[in-house]
Amino acid sequence: MNIRGVFIEDTFAEAFGMAAARIVITAVNQRWAHAAAVALTGFATSVIACKCEAAIERELGPDETPDARPGVAVLVFAMDAAGLGKRLVERIGQAVLTCPTTSCFDGLPDLPDRVSAGRTLRVFGDKFQSSKVVGGHRFWRVPVMDGEFLLQESFGVQTKGVGGGNFLILADDQAGALGAAEAAVAAIGGIPGVILPFPGGVARSGSKVGARAYTSLVASTNDAYCPTLRLSTDSALAEGVNAVLEIVIDGLDAEAIRKAMRAGIEAACRPGVRAITACNYGGNLGTFHFHLRQIMEDVS
Amino acid sequence: MITLTLNEQPNVPLEAEVLSPDVLAALANDEIRALPVYLGNRQRRVDDFFSVEGARSDELEIRGDVGKVKWIGRGMTRGRITIVGSVGMHLGAHMTGGTIDVSGNAADWVGAEMSGGVIRIRGNAGGQVGAAYRGSLSGMTDGTILIDGTAGLEVGMRMKRGIIAIGGLVRDFAGLEMKGGTIVMRSGAELRTGAWMVRGTIISLTPIQLLPTFSYASTYNPTFLRLYARHLATLGFTIPYEDQDGAYRRYSGDACVPGKGEILVWTGAA
Amino acid sequence: MDRRGVRIVDTFAEAFGMRAARVVITARSAAWARTAAQSMTGFATSVIGCKVEAGIEAELLPNETPDGRPGVSVLLFGFDADGLRGRLVDRVGQTVLTCPTTACFDGLPQAADRVVVGGALRHFGDRFQSSKFLDGQRYWRIPVMEGEFLVQEAFGVQKAIGGGNFLILAADQDAALAAAEAAVDVMRKVRGVILPFPGGIVRAGSKVGAKRYKKMIASTNDAYCPTLRGRTGVTSELPEGVNSVLEIVVDGLDRPAIESALRAGIDAACRPGVVQISAGNYGGKLGKHHFPLHALFA
Repeated sequence: MNIRGVFIEDTFAEAFGMAAARIVITAVNQRWAHAAAVALTGFATSVIACKCEAAIERELGPDETPDARPGVAVLVFAMDAAGLGKRLVERIGQAVLTCPTTSCFDGLPDLPDRVSAGRTLRVFGDKFQSSKVVGGHRFWRVPVMDGEFLLQESFGVQTKGVGGGNFLILADDQAGALGAAEAAVAAIGGIPGVILPFPGGVARSGSKVGARAYTSLVASTNDAYCPTLRLSTDSALAEGVNAVLEIVIDGLDAEAIRKAMRAGIEAACRPGVRAITACNYGGNLGTFHFHLRQIMEDVS
Repeated sequence: MITLTLNEQPNVPLEAEVLSPDVLAALANDEIRALPVYLGNRQRRVDDFFSVEGARSDELEIRGDVGKVKWIGRGMTRGRITIVGSVGMHLGAHMTGGTIDVSGNAADWVGAEMSGGVIRIRGNAGGQVGAAYRGSLSGMTDGTILIDGTAGLEVGMRMKRGIIAIGGLVRDFAGLEMKGGTIVMRSGAELRTGAWMVRGTIISLTPIQLLPTFSYASTYNPTFLRLYARHLATLGFTIPYEDQDGAYRRYSGDACVPGKGEILVWTGAA
Repeated sequence: MDRRGVRIVDTFAEAFGMRAARVVITARSAAWARTAAQSMTGFATSVIGCKVEAGIEAELLPNETPDGRPGVSVLLFGFDADGLRGRLVDRVGQTVLTCPTTACFDGLPQAADRVVVGGALRHFGDRFQSSKFLDGQRYWRIPVMEGEFLVQEAFGVQKAIGGGNFLILAADQDAALAAAEAAVDVMRKVRGVILPFPGGIVRAGSKVGAKRYKKMIASTNDAYCPTLRGRTGVTSELPEGVNSVLEIVVDGLDRPAIESALRAGIDAACRPGVVQISAGNYGGKLGKHHFPLHALFA
């Protein structure tokens, strides 16, 4: 299969079940909602070393938020609901509670599985906090120096979230790979239900499980895709490929990831790109398989 | 400043390792004149061959064709030697600091096994620049050698670190068995570049013939080269590193060792 | 002391001895350097909750960086060198190594204490990595899918100060925020300091422990909460007319840097709508670095 001269490999991305939450941060303006979101989602690129993966899903207008103020939606992924609960307490506590003018709401209000991060954080109020129940949900009002921090008590957990959807861009050179990756990220931005956890949405250091030279290493460079190692190892790279970048996608469900992969791959098929492929572990580790050619069927 | 002017050309090579800032820095003029130099196996005095002006300085200027004077600057740790003329073998061998600047040509073994300092040859150099002496496991371990002209055989042989940059053509076996370090060749080299290379980097700014045991890996502009470009620019030697000007083809080798070295060959933008 | 109608309270900020490192991130463009820096410094507001405090110190022009590319300098603060080393390895590894086109250098070359960062990250190269030794420093080249990640082996760690601060007491939230934003704008231009909180400002100032819960490390600073004025159990420090308070916390490499930042920030915050400028301390018994506000303008 070829799209505009770019070869689409007959392979699949292998992804894993994860627990996910959506946090809605509102503030007096976008600048401050954004500041809190950036602080919340930093150092959250990979669940193994950062304990969670998090990024901004999209900006929200005043008509889309519970308190009718400008806001940002953030998705957070962890291995399970218990871990997710802990991460929400830590991150909301450090990055939203502290940020001027913000409020913090649950973005998955209809889901039955819940973690009560807001309840845990309320104690910052030193018993001076109070709550209000509106529409069947409890909101805590924590007294702080700039006024009050409004924080929803519980957050819905999507237990069927998916982490690790991906595709690789194989290009002539670094500039070509980067241009295609930036186009892919722009195309995926705004698709609801997905985030790209790596910096700027792009991973330049794709990894493989374990290492051949160090026994205790959990992950190491994916040498089969490293252009400078072409003859030093069993290379998976065809001639002419000098740079590879990976787009990793986490989503609230498989359909959202499929949409994102499709939009991203389409945008990445540009001059300078030779092929699109994907990372998997043979198919036995992750429950979710995203076949590239199936996803791109009606596009080619 | 101490100035030595060659009056009497030695008829066989003269060994003059006393001509070094470390030795001369504390000596009075008459003490310098009396320093021993070896004409073959005979001990002579410095002032048998040189007139000497000045004293007690770690700056030394040598004037005249000293192409038969060996071991100048041997083991020096500081100071400056300027040679106005050509110079003999083993210049700056084992030096650990200081600077040597030669206006003419140099013979073999410039900077052999040095571990610091800077040597600059404005003319041509001989073979075994920065190399290991026979039987030794590594050559220069740090420091920088710049040669504006050509260089001979076995440049950087068994080198372990440090930088050699050469403006003119280099002869066979550049980087022979090198275990680390960086050799930059503006005008390329003859044959067998990087033979038995274990580690380190050889950069050629023009296409060169490569051994069959070196394999092409990829084409790119490695970020680390920008650090070297800046370092070499302070010495007046420029290397390209921007995407718009071109890129380097990377060759891994030497597979027959097997080695983890690389040869980077510049290809200018079309 | 009054400054443009704003009262500067005769008190002091109490700050703590810490250790700091400076990381210089370069990339193909200023935007990508910034992206890596943002990812690196997120979730780093307070060393207690995040194990490290980090922030962007300055954007660097190509002629200010080791490899001649656009860059960003980041400062990280921790309790000790060994802890900082762990945080550097984690954060550089997760947010710089992974970010397209970046390279990572030490920004405190004069610091005598060195910790190994690149030397730990090099294992990601699975023995395919190599190093170059230049001007007395080792740099690791880790092969990655995009090409190579260049990272310096060792980073300097020096003594530093964390917790310099001042409080803006204003008539309403808008006035407090405008004053704080003006302060942040000028403070960000001072080198050698960072503002670790989101957007540089803290709205939830805390006190040590809690009055009504056991075993809490920190809780809301009720003496400065406008909505708690008059509550039983609260001794408010707020003068009449104050309805919103914001705090600016600054960590710095040394005293002069923090003093510069505080002076510039407080001056910028003295605007209409602001009633008082004060500072947070613990009676002077916990932290050894005190910054009396009046001395800044003496």
